[in-house]
Amino acid sequence: MKMLKRTFIRSAAGAAVVAAFAGIVWAQQAPVKIGLLATLEGPFAAGGADGMRGAELAIRERNGMVAGRKIELIKGSSDAKPDVAVNATRKMVEQDKVDIMVGPLSGGEGVAVKDYSKTQPQVTFINGSSGAQATTLTNPSENFFRFNTDGAQWMVGLGAETLKRGYKRVMVIAEDYAFPYSQVQGFMSEYCRMGGKVPLKAWVPLGGKDYSSVIARIPKDIDALVVILGGADAVNFLNQYEAAGGDKPMIGGSITVSQDVLNYRGKRRDSLVGTLSAGPIADSIDTPEFKAFVASYKKNFPDGYPSPGLFALNYYINMKAALDALDAVKGDLSDGQKKYRQALATMTLKTPVGDIKLDSNRQGIGTTFITEVVRDSQGNLSNKVVRAIPNVDQMLGMKPADFKIGSRDEPSCP
Amino acid sequence: MSAAYWRKAMNAGAVAARGEVRSTQTAAPAAASAAAGESIGSRLVAAIGLRHVVVLALLVVFPFVASPFLTFQIGAQSLALGLIALSLTFLGGYGGMISLAQMTIAGIAGYTVAIVGVNGTPEINVDWPWWAVVPLALVLGTMAATFIGWLSVRTEGIYTIMITLAIGVAFYYMALQNYAVFNGFQGLQKVYPPELFGINWREPLPFYFLVLSWALAGYFFIKYVVRTPFGVALQGVRDNPRRMSALGFDVVGHRVAAYAVAGFVASVGGVLLVWYNGLITPNSVGTSWLINILVIAVLGGMRHPIGPFIGAVVFVLLQTFAIDLIDRERFNLVIGGVFLAIVLFSPDGLLGLWAGLRARFAGGRGVGSTARPSGRQFWRQKPRRPQ
Repeated sequence: MKMLKRTFIRSAAGAAVVAAFAGIVWAQQAPVKIGLLATLEGPFAAGGADGMRGAELAIRERNGMVAGRKIELIKGSSDAKPDVAVNATRKMVEQDKVDIMVGPLSGGEGVAVKDYSKTQPQVTFINGSSGAQATTLTNPSENFFRFNTDGAQWMVGLGAETLKRGYKRVMVIAEDYAFPYSQVQGFMSEYCRMGGKVPLKAWVPLGGKDYSSVIARIPKDIDALVVILGGADAVNFLNQYEAAGGDKPMIGGSITVSQDVLNYRGKRRDSLVGTLSAGPIADSIDTPEFKAFVASYKKNFPDGYPSPGLFALNYYINMKAALDALDAVKGDLSDGQKKYRQALATMTLKTPVGDIKLDSNRQGIGTTFITEVVRDSQGNLSNKVVRAIPNVDQMLGMKPADFKIGSRDEPSCP
Repeated sequence: MSAAYWRKAMNAGAVAARGEVRSTQTAAPAAASAAAGESIGSRLVAAIGLRHVVVLALLVVFPFVASPFLTFQIGAQSLALGLIALSLTFLGGYGGMISLAQMTIAGIAGYTVAIVGVNGTPEINVDWPWWAVVPLALVLGTMAATFIGWLSVRTEGIYTIMITLAIGVAFYYMALQNYAVFNGFQGLQKVYPPELFGINWREPLPFYFLVLSWALAGYFFIKYVVRTPFGVALQGVRDNPRRMSALGFDVVGHRVAAYAVAGFVASVGGVLLVWYNGLITPNSVGTSWLINILVIAVLGGMRHPIGPFIGAVVFVLLQTFAIDLIDRERFNLVIGGVFLAIVLFSPDGLLGLWAGLRARFAGGRGVGSTARPSGRQFWRQKPRRPQ
């Protein structure tokens, strides 16, 4: 018995060593190697899995081939921590020797991977779903491309819609890091300009469990709450707010009412109906392209969500950009991928949510959808489009000189 | 190391006097373990020089044959993490105190380097030169460790774990929620080692040798400390604090001093780790990392200062390559499974496994090879003084 155990341990250790070396041996050239990084652990694990589905969908649509070359996909995982994301990226870039890197998912990771991309000029980095403004605004990297719009762009138009519904004073509750800052900025820059007031902003830690102190601080004289929390945090907040007898209408951030939250099976999910939000995706966009995209997603991933979420869409868009550009240059990645990057920078990408172009910082200019949560006949919640706002750019319609990256205190209109 | 060595150290004079005693296998049971310690010990002494030379040669050659990726991410990261885990091995293996706050101490040193030195957040930038920042980081780390030690030495066993865990978690939340100094959730980016002598110390090769030299220094420092009168007394305190106290040793003083020594080692590791990552965030000192350090130390084995480094290599290899072994969501299962297997089959970590294998293959060598405290015995055995 003892001998058996030892043998087992030895073979386990052996397997680890073999795996380590296999990575080196397989670094051949024939197929196109694409690295794919998403968060399969941590607070965005569900979103990360959906992001993977979106990226895989873009590859399956081409039957795993691009420009006559086979696509070899190498997956990596992080847990929404920047250092973990860089470690996983470094492994795929330096060890697995990928040609193109797609990822990561969350804001802080995006900034860290962008910084890392500067040290690896031979590889083209394309964003996954991260939406921090600084990624492409502050010290942009020559080989980092982002076809999805950023967190502030996703909220353009929501301020106007909120005022239209008669909500003149709102309180903001948001997680305390770069992505919600940008979301709040996208909302407030328009809302404040048009005369709305935000007397109080509550910044809560990411992954917080207890929102009672925040709920206690909600002023009586506000018309609505702008809740910019992601995944489990949003669900926690909703439960506690309902339990505390809260009844203010909600306005959601782009990831507050994504599929992660809409599919939550808690008993309070009905309170979500009627919630306004904005983002680069909605479930009921009435274009043939989007319907085809949803149908293809459902066919390929029967165990996925009823309809692709924000992360799936962003990963799909970015992976599609990577493949379309490869096709355009006929798989030519020579000369430091010069032609390929040129193609990426100048292409007009056809996506399920309309055309996307890049600006001079290699940041996407695209469409934002204002949505409202509705319930369909089967009881599934989904986002219905109220309005679409095309060609939203990263400056939010401001002049570059006036533009400041969103932070805890910027913008402000108490 | 540990128990057997301690006995050896205490009996050094007696051994010399007894001369050939170790070859007689008729010793009384009480004295057997002491005799065994001598026997294996003297063989080790003969081998120890050679072993170190071989390992050192491998470590020096490694970056020249391995890719920059392996050098940096596997080599340098393992050594930096190993250094932090070494501080826990010293505390746990030689002082009998399991502290979960070693990563917190490393984090305090790391945050000091990031805040007082150069980072990518203009609002929080003191911009001191490295030669002021690094000593300050080590001093602050050591002071924090001393303070944590002073708070927790009056407790034992599980209570020490609890109190150090509480301190670690408190520091995590402080870093998470303080924006003026720690920059909250986002932490501080672009914290790189200084360029010195025209070398960019963050390039894989220079950085590897930087970390390697500190890891070697830490290793030999701990090896040296445990043989000093202080180290021997500390092991005495571990085995029987009451008796040590009766003998006139200051038990609390020795334990606090052990925390300080471990804190210094952890601080060095923390500075190197923040340079390795190039950034520090509250998650770098979060609960998962507090526990990862314990995992590394236990994985490697707490009976010798080489243990944490072995543990760190295995840990980093698994973290990096497990995802290639099995499909996406389930790769953490491999990591967990291997940890479980190692700890289950060899409670003394990989070192215990190694000792077990040695014992098996050195079968005919008599008492010496089997009576060394191994595995379960090591922790369970009550300290016995010969005679």
